[in-house]
Amino acid sequence: MLAQISLHFPALQVVLPLIASPICMVLRRERAAWGVALVVSWASFLIAAHLLIQVLDEGVISYHMGGWPPPWGIEYRIDALNAFVLLLVSGIGALVITYAHKSVIAEISPDNRCRFYALFLLSLAGLLGVTITGDAFNVFVFLEIASLSTYVMVALGAGHDKRALSSSISYLIAGTIGATFFIIGVGLLYMATGTLNMMDLAARIADLGDSRTLRAAFAFIVVGIGLKLAIFPLHLWLPNAYTYAPSVVTSFVAATSTKVAVYVLMRFVFTVFGTRFEFQGLTLTYLFLPLALLGMFVPSIVAVFQENAKRMLAYSSIAQIGYMLLGISFATVAGLSAATIHLFNHGLMKGTLFMVLGAVAYRLRSTDIASMAGLASLMPWTMAAFVGGGLSLIGVPLTVGFISKWFLIQAALESGQWWIAALVVISSLIAAVYVWRVVEVAYLQPAPADSQATEAPLSMLIPIWVLVLANFYFGIHASLTTNMATRAAEMLLGAGT
Amino acid sequence: MSAEFVLGHYNYWIVVVLMMVGLYTVMSRGNLIKKLVGLNIFQTSVFLLYISIGKVKGATAPIEAAGEGVLYSNPLPHVLILTAIVVGVATMAVGLAIIVRIREAYGTIEEDEILAIDHKLEFGEGVNA
Amino acid sequence: MISFTPQIALGTSLLLPLIGAVLIALSDKTPNRREAVTLVTAGLLFADVLYLLVHVVNGMRPRLELWEVIPGLNLAFEIEPLGMLFATVASGLWIVNSVYSIGYMRGNQEQHQTRFYVCFAIAIASALAIAFSGNMFTLFIFYEALTLSTYPLVTHKQTDEARRGGRVYLGVLLTTSIGFLLVAIIWTWVIAGTLDFRPGGILDGVAEPAIVPVLLALYMFGTGKAALMPFHRWLPAAMVAPTPVSAFLHAVAVVKAGVFTVLKVTVYVFGIDFLSATGASQWLMWLAAATILIASLVAMTKDNLKARLAYSTISQLSYVTLGAALATSMGVIGGGMQIAMHAMGKMTLFMCAGAIYVATHKTQVSDMTGLGRVMPFTFAAFFIGALSIIGLPPMGGAWSKFMLIMAAADRDEVVIIAVLMLSSLLNVGYLMPLVVRGFFSEAPAAALGSAATFAPMRGLREAPVLCVLPLCLTALGCIALFFYAEPIYRFLETIV
Repeated sequence: MLAQISLHFPALQVVLPLIASPICMVLRRERAAWGVALVVSWASFLIAAHLLIQVLDEGVISYHMGGWPPPWGIEYRIDALNAFVLLLVSGIGALVITYAHKSVIAEISPDNRCRFYALFLLSLAGLLGVTITGDAFNVFVFLEIASLSTYVMVALGAGHDKRALSSSISYLIAGTIGATFFIIGVGLLYMATGTLNMMDLAARIADLGDSRTLRAAFAFIVVGIGLKLAIFPLHLWLPNAYTYAPSVVTSFVAATSTKVAVYVLMRFVFTVFGTRFEFQGLTLTYLFLPLALLGMFVPSIVAVFQENAKRMLAYSSIAQIGYMLLGISFATVAGLSAATIHLFNHGLMKGTLFMVLGAVAYRLRSTDIASMAGLASLMPWTMAAFVGGGLSLIGVPLTVGFISKWFLIQAALESGQWWIAALVVISSLIAAVYVWRVVEVAYLQPAPADSQATEAPLSMLIPIWVLVLANFYFGIHASLTTNMATRAAEMLLGAGT
Repeated sequence: MSAEFVLGHYNYWIVVVLMMVGLYTVMSRGNLIKKLVGLNIFQTSVFLLYISIGKVKGATAPIEAAGEGVLYSNPLPHVLILTAIVVGVATMAVGLAIIVRIREAYGTIEEDEILAIDHKLEFGEGVNA
Repeated sequence: MISFTPQIALGTSLLLPLIGAVLIALSDKTPNRREAVTLVTAGLLFADVLYLLVHVVNGMRPRLELWEVIPGLNLAFEIEPLGMLFATVASGLWIVNSVYSIGYMRGNQEQHQTRFYVCFAIAIASALAIAFSGNMFTLFIFYEALTLSTYPLVTHKQTDEARRGGRVYLGVLLTTSIGFLLVAIIWTWVIAGTLDFRPGGILDGVAEPAIVPVLLALYMFGTGKAALMPFHRWLPAAMVAPTPVSAFLHAVAVVKAGVFTVLKVTVYVFGIDFLSATGASQWLMWLAAATILIASLVAMTKDNLKARLAYSTISQLSYVTLGAALATSMGVIGGGMQIAMHAMGKMTLFMCAGAIYVATHKTQVSDMTGLGRVMPFTFAAFFIGALSIIGLPPMGGAWSKFMLIMAAADRDEVVIIAVLMLSSLLNVGYLMPLVVRGFFSEAPAAALGSAATFAPMRGLREAPVLCVLPLCLTALGCIALFFYAEPIYRFLETIV
């Protein structure tokens, strides 16, 4: 029986949250909706873990939707790279939803709470779908499912601050333009090749050789994903959306949605197009690399001057995307492994930090840095978690951030570009500056005498600390993640040649 | 560029023009509703792109009953675009719903006025944008 | 029944302070139990390290491989003589320092004492892990752990001044270590494919001679804890910490971890033969010499006793770097001995400064006139420590200076010999005035309180006995090291 079901795990991975979402909508009791979301999220996580193990043991899984073989039917194709991303997305989703209950009550108005859980599951289904599918058009559909539900989740922050609404509409406009660009690119690809299956696309593009249509398709897809991904100059929607969305939403979105977009970018640039054409190669060197470097610095510096911790971390996220883009721009096994490792690691650290801020907001009703004075004595465990996540963001040894930095610098040195290695370390030192601003305020300033804040509830602390420990565990025991990432990188580059 | 090339690709020219009209509207208008209309035109241009590339000149609709050897249009882009239209409609619905909420919260749907209010919330009264 | 092997002892030495830290944290409410835990842990640790010492002297090299962090890179520990020496010094002085801390912290009624002892224990664990690390990767990990675990100690007072000091401390140390050291390590990893410490170095034959000076520069400036100019600012900044912290961490653990790294890198990563063959360390020799002189000159201008000692430390640390840069076996041995000798001497001096502060709340040298007569033990100890730093027999410091001069003579570096001589003179210039003032000048009555309540010239006014006893012990240690230097020499000889 279970063996029968496990054959359909690739489908269930997406379908389960998709079906559960309307159930949450129908349930009128917010506790029940939370329960459904909780069970479904953890089930997704278990499925993702099972798929990952299966991929590691048996290699690529190809699941044919509805029994139609590719390239006619939609194929779900799971390899080392997306199995890894699935695990990250579903893992973060499960932890965030475990943590969500109290935070949702505090930040979202009563009639919207059940809807929140429905939207959350919808978004989870979308992100998992984008990751798991092997069909280019299917990527678009799931991307929009995830995005549309995210726009609404951001807007749910309006109960607390009406600026969530204006952030949401800017996000919607930017996101829709991005998605439309992406689908234009996919359309051009279809015109040139007559297929939508990614593996089939890759094979036919390799046969066809370079053409103007392909270049146009590549450009549209890159720009389209770039908008979703908030690559440096296309990031304007991100800081406000992250700042004014409810804490739960920010934790989830920051840790997963841009990561999935990075995955899509890697998938299209390497698996589908491959780097053998001059145009694609030049894009990596002359577009991605400079944007990555700018992205590492400009938003980091902006982050230093923020007064609101959430907004500070939002800018930091844009900077961290720069690191991933940097790894991609090398187009080497070392570079792509670095990008993949950082994709995973950054999910862990930003998840931790935003969840900590959620706990702070739960007690203080504010995430202004100034309001966090002396918080370490009032909420010692919460702030210790912040220090843990912060150290990871800086890249201190024994944390995942260190592993990311190690591989990025190694990739830069291996490609003979020592000056990039220097820039990576300098930008990570800027991270030290903004993280430490918060630490200093929380630890070295006295708390206001009338402060009522107490330690965050356990239902929030436990998921936070699970993530903190994950930050350290995967920093101390990085063989697991790095082996996965190296396999994924070899697979990506192997498919292109 | 020959006249044949220009005329032969007329469907693309229409798509390009619509796309630019849409994008320009999104960027230049301050009224959120107009922005959404622009976004919709932009998306529609892509629908047309898909539909026109699936059409084969002189071919019929792809119905099996027509029998062997009959030239028929590629149905796949048309099916795809049905999905895309649904996505587009959903986007519009969400966008309009948010705009309604913005109207309630801010009392305006002009982007510059909203930004000014946001700015005041961020930095307090008396500071000019 | 598992027998207690050196390998287990190695693991125990790293775990003991951590267990101690947990127990200390659990004894927050009972200061006596907390202090007892500290002392017992320190005692056990020292015994454990001595047990290891015996085996290492007999030629054993205990090795402990933990797991693989990144494919190909293990968390590994291996004891060799240099690290053993550092560990012995650090763990031995921890006992002394714990006793002193108890006297000082209670005498001054400091806040947050539990946090203080916890961080202290973690710092010791990091220092030992650095000493015993089996590859550069492990060393770097604990190098950073040491920086972070000492940050709360530096900012202990939580004042604005402490926060500024802490910023400089963390800023300089993190910038150098992430900015230079990490890059150097990854670069080495890319070139050599290994980061293990091997006698004779791992870069010999694989690194192009042209990049060796660059790589060496990254390593040396990256080791910010060695306080090579211009990255020395953190050391004076860290003096805002309570004196036991300054005494221990900034005379023993932190700075010695820095110069230990310098020695370790020159001997086991580059290899001294490779360095002297390529001449890559020439510039480092001059920079170290310059640091020695400039820091000594700055020390003379400082009136605050701790600031003066801080600059003295910067100067003395560069002796070790100089020894490494000379790239001769004598230089390395001299550098190694300097680690032990300077630790003992400088520890004494810092503890004296602290004792003076506890007893009289004076920090400026110019205010300490005549104090020697009421604090004879403290000032005598200061005198002995100062002599050791200057390098006069019969104090331990004499040997390390002597060997460094021999090493310079081996390389025919006359200027370096002159620098070393001149530096000793400068040391006299900034350390002796305090002794002279303390013993031979008349104190203005006002400086010691009104005559009605206190007779300035009669009677003792020492700090609490828990403060004075340790500093007398280390002063005696300075003398003892002079007579027992040979075993250390023989011990270090095996590495080069």
